[in-house]
Amino acid sequence: MAETTATGRPAPALTRREAYEAGVRRRSNRIALISTVGVVLAIVLLVPLAPGWEAVQTAFFNGRVFAATFPGLLDAFLLNVMIFAWSAPLIALTGLAIALCRDARAPALFPLRLFGIAYTDVFRGLPVVLVIYIIGFGVPGLGLPRPWNSPYIWGTLALVLVYSAYVAEVIRSGIDSIHKSQRSAAASLGLSDRDTMRYVVLPQAIRNVVPANMNLFIALQKDVALLSFIGPVEIFRQAGVYKSLYANFTPYVGAALIFLALTIPATRYADYLMNKQNRERS
Amino acid sequence: MRLLVTTALALTLPATAALAMGEGTCSAGKTLTEGTLTIATGNPAYYPWVMNDAPENGEGFEAAVAYAIAEKMGFEAENVTWVRTSFDEAIQPGAKNFDFNMQQYSITPEREEMVDFSLPYYTSAMAVLTTQSVVDAGADATLESLKGLKWGAVATTTAIPILNDVIQPESDPLLYNDNADVNAAIMAGQIDAALYDLPTALYLSAVVVEGGALLGQFPAEQSERPDQFGLLMEEGNPLKECVDAALTELTESGELAAIEAQWLAEATGVPVIE
Repeated sequence: MAETTATGRPAPALTRREAYEAGVRRRSNRIALISTVGVVLAIVLLVPLAPGWEAVQTAFFNGRVFAATFPGLLDAFLLNVMIFAWSAPLIALTGLAIALCRDARAPALFPLRLFGIAYTDVFRGLPVVLVIYIIGFGVPGLGLPRPWNSPYIWGTLALVLVYSAYVAEVIRSGIDSIHKSQRSAAASLGLSDRDTMRYVVLPQAIRNVVPANMNLFIALQKDVALLSFIGPVEIFRQAGVYKSLYANFTPYVGAALIFLALTIPATRYADYLMNKQNRERS
Repeated sequence: MRLLVTTALALTLPATAALAMGEGTCSAGKTLTEGTLTIATGNPAYYPWVMNDAPENGEGFEAAVAYAIAEKMGFEAENVTWVRTSFDEAIQPGAKNFDFNMQQYSITPEREEMVDFSLPYYTSAMAVLTTQSVVDAGADATLESLKGLKWGAVATTTAIPILNDVIQPESDPLLYNDNADVNAAIMAGQIDAALYDLPTALYLSAVVVEGGALLGQFPAEQSERPDQFGLLMEEGNPLKECVDAALTELTESGELAAIEAQWLAEATGVPVIE
């Protein structure tokens, strides 16, 4: 249908089939609207009828506590942003390096390949919190002097280790998605293995996996909060401090809102990229 | 000796309690389960508040106080059940699974708005836990010296307002989930000092932290808002008046002071921070 209007001809009267389909569409839109409004109304009207609603409201949605704690939470969120900002590039680079290790084809480089496999297996298999504890408390416990025992350094390393394993797997799937004929074509042009990877495979592979990696970085943005286990007072910890001072969970809701303000646009953008890619492919 | 005392106490409890129960006590119909007092403590419960993480033995300051309160309220020792809760479970909205919760909850006006507290059963000094190597490096019990240290604390405690308002350290304190994590950070040299209530600090410095030392204490009398521990109850719990009556009785008869003397170590040796 898009083509008929693209030619500039005035849109012709609807065929009976098109009229029928438009009717079906309108009908399903109406039903979707009614059911959405129904569900929202049910939630808004029924939840407050629950006997414990007032208690839940004071414990989780307390305006006074919210106003008192929100500025402090925003302040603490800066630390999240900073940790994210220096972790993300490190993760991207390490992930790429590990992916290349796993893809090493020369027989002499087999140990490298083995290392890549072991690395991704181990760090994808461990809970992030455990890695943060082991590295965040363990390595400084060896007797490093300040400032080299800072939880920021070792906590960041823990995040990089875990997340680069995921990123490496995503990039590897991108590399695998490039058809063998591309490598053959590059070889027939006289490119070395190294140049084939650098100029032919990687540019296509990385582009294919951008949306998947976006999702990982959104997850990272949330997992930065886990660094609070080893000391840094980022937003999640700050919310916990307020929670215990006020005996109220509202600060967590405030923190969640701040997270959402960042992650929802990022998620929408990742979806947009993914849809764009799918359209280009089909 | 301690064992003897508690056994003797436990043996005399049933007799006195049975008498009290007979005459329609204050707590009748107000507990979770009729005829049973359900008390919550931490998981784990720490020394010297509860010995060996076993409150049902009545050993440790809070465990002993709990059984003394129960006795005054007319519950026999075998009619006391223990449950475990975290801080978050204690303040969550909705029905509680305990009659009162006892794990060094500091009474604050902000918390009072969400939950009920009994009268205080203990007033705690705050103490600075550090290591011998920090003391050797020249740290002493003056505010000036304390400001320069790298601080840590447990995030859920009222130590944080004191840290921020009184000590005002030069670098931001690091905060942790529990005592164990703070100790790990001290031993890893990531923080120089941590702020605890005095009994906990005494225990940690003597037993847990390698080379631990107490740099000084902020005595409760000097504080504008002293750290007072109360029993935490659901907001509007009718049992509060019975608990308060029992606590008043224990305080006035000197029994509470006796239990404190029995279980909480002398703290006179710790220098006072001006």
